[in-house]
Amino acid sequence: MNILVCISRVPDTTSKIDFIEDDTEFSIRDVQFVINPNDEFGLTRAIWFKEKQGAQVHVVHVGTTKSDATLRKCLAIGADKAFRIDAPALDGLAVAKELAAFVKNNSYDLIIAGRESIDYNGAMVPGMMAALLDIPFVTNCVGLEIDGTTAIAEREIDGGREKLKGTLPIIIGSQKGLVEESDLRIPNMRGIMQARQKPFEVVPAQEAPASTKDIKFERPAPKAEVKLVPADDLDQLIDLLHKEANVL
Amino acid sequence: MSVLIIVESENNALKRNAAEVASYGVALAAKLETSCTAIAFHAANATELGHYGVTKVAHVSNGPTHFDAHAYASAIAAFAAANNVSHLVVSSSADARFLAPLLAAKLNAGYVPNVVELPEEMSPLTVKRTAFTNKAFVYTQLLTACNIIGVGNNAFGVIDNTVDCVVDEITAENAISNLEQVSIEKVTGKATIADADVVVSGGRGLKGPENWHLIEDLAEVLDAATACSKPVSDMGWRSHDEHVGQTGKPVSTNLYIAIGISGAIQHLAGVNSSKVKVVINSDPEAPFFKAADYGVIGDAFEVVPKLTEKLKAFKALG
Ligand SMILES: Cc1cc2nc3c(=O)[nH]c(=O)nc-3n(C[C@H](O)[C@H](O)[C@H](O)COP(=O)(O)OP(=O)(O)OC[C@H]3O[C@@H](n4cnc5c(N)ncnc54)[C@H](O)[C@@H]3O)c2cc1C
Ligand SMILES: Nc1ncnc2c1ncn2[C@@H]1O[C@H](COP(=O)(O)O)[C@@H](O)[C@H]1O
Repeated sequence: MNILVCISRVPDTTSKIDFIEDDTEFSIRDVQFVINPNDEFGLTRAIWFKEKQGAQVHVVHVGTTKSDATLRKCLAIGADKAFRIDAPALDGLAVAKELAAFVKNNSYDLIIAGRESIDYNGAMVPGMMAALLDIPFVTNCVGLEIDGTTAIAEREIDGGREKLKGTLPIIIGSQKGLVEESDLRIPNMRGIMQARQKPFEVVPAQEAPASTKDIKFERPAPKAEVKLVPADDLDQLIDLLHKEANVL
Repeated sequence: MSVLIIVESENNALKRNAAEVASYGVALAAKLETSCTAIAFHAANATELGHYGVTKVAHVSNGPTHFDAHAYASAIAAFAAANNVSHLVVSSSADARFLAPLLAAKLNAGYVPNVVELPEEMSPLTVKRTAFTNKAFVYTQLLTACNIIGVGNNAFGVIDNTVDCVVDEITAENAISNLEQVSIEKVTGKATIADADVVVSGGRGLKGPENWHLIEDLAEVLDAATACSKPVSDMGWRSHDEHVGQTGKPVSTNLYIAIGISGAIQHLAGVNSSKVKVVINSDPEAPFFKAADYGVIGDAFEVVPKLTEKLKAFKALG
């Protein structure tokens, strides 16, 4: 089985979000970039398939040389080969077009992306890829079994789960629950050494145009002080929620 | 040019979020000085969209009766192409976020989810949306001929504006899926995180799953959904689908009550867009107090049962 895991690179969840150039640009000062957490769950599941059912695991990223360390980390965790499509990630549709073209030129049975990138929360790249390639797609995926050419994917829905069946190739949007957090791989010394020998290919881009453009950022309005209510006067809390906040 | 509003349904009825999406779509069409139509699948009460200013609904009565992203996207894309649609409006629910990317690729449309206001510029169309999981806003231009706006949950609100609404029955020949539904499990008779007006959430401060009756009793009085912090679901005290935050479900409700939750940045990011936040925590230094509107410093084991009793009395008075 050939598995492709799509990796996006995002600011660590604790990063301070700041803007420069008159708020037109995200400031990367002091920001540590990591593998998008949703992709990490997907990559771990891919390596599980490799170990349990036999598979080749490739990782792909659309981006510039700035992302090379992130891709190396994926190799250290256990991916067999990394590809970087050499183009800045302009927007979801452009990235999806680059990835779809890449998939067309190669052959994958299973494509794993994250449910969403935690920076811009687009949740769009994998679905767009699926429509461009005309193959099935299941997002919010919390369970995935492959048997021959059949995939059974479980999707988290509001208040429950839905089980869907499709024929490979299929794309899934992974998230926590696909594997447990305690099963996530941390690269060890051996993995890091091996990663240096693993193939890392830079692929020329299609240069798909952007369909959207971010022009300006804004910080949320500063928050008013919390109103504290004494623990022995909960009637006051109910009164505030009822009359002031209007939510009861 | 025209606006197409995509509303969601379940069990042959419109979902609650249809009202907000319809309100936004109607307001957008007015701003663009163009017509608007809604498209609905298997919703016997589709005429109710008339309460929110929708005059025309295309009702698809064939194809899968449960939400099926592939089949629905094919049907909507065909309808949009045939009807000269330039702007599509969807919600930002989990289902909408499954459907919209498929549609966007089919229509070669720019797509922006989590939009919080009507466009501030019409040419090029510029919308304000949340980014960095509610830690910032960004203004985004849509550069394509056809584009899709995902209205943030509970961000725009509902505008009552009753008009006559005509429902056209249509058949979508291509409402075909490439996936087969094997099974679906869904809690019934209980509010769910995405759909509830109020969410009551518990953290590690509750000490163990055996104490969750505190959360459930309070939720019951408020007709609220229950949720939890990440460690709580990691430890198996509660099921995964209750985990909220940056890496869990987003919460964007009217009232969010956090009990025994410290307010770590990853937790807050996912719940911050809720309108009113209440925190109950024994530690006055807990970061959640900086993000909340109302707070009680106290022991959850004492405060919560009392609050539940008092709310019961309050509700009984009507
Ligand atoms: C990559 C990444 C992603 C993450 N994503 C998420 C996410 O999506 N959602 C999420 O929730 N977390 C997330 N986290 C974890 C987050 O950093 C915190 O660890 C977590 O939110 C803490 O959960 P908690 O508040 O329940 O527990 P704690 O931090 O242990 O807080 C417990 C709180 O309970 C209070 N308390 C104790 N006893 C009582 C009592 N008797 N009465 C009242 N209060 C009491 C304490 O004062 C304390 O404030 C993520 C972390 C990482 C690294
Ligand atoms: N630049 C990129 N290169 C490769 N994969 C990406 C890129 N951006 C997003 N993805 C994938 O698409 C998923 C959803 O991202 P997004 O649509 O940006 O929220 C991510 O979790 C990745 O798996």
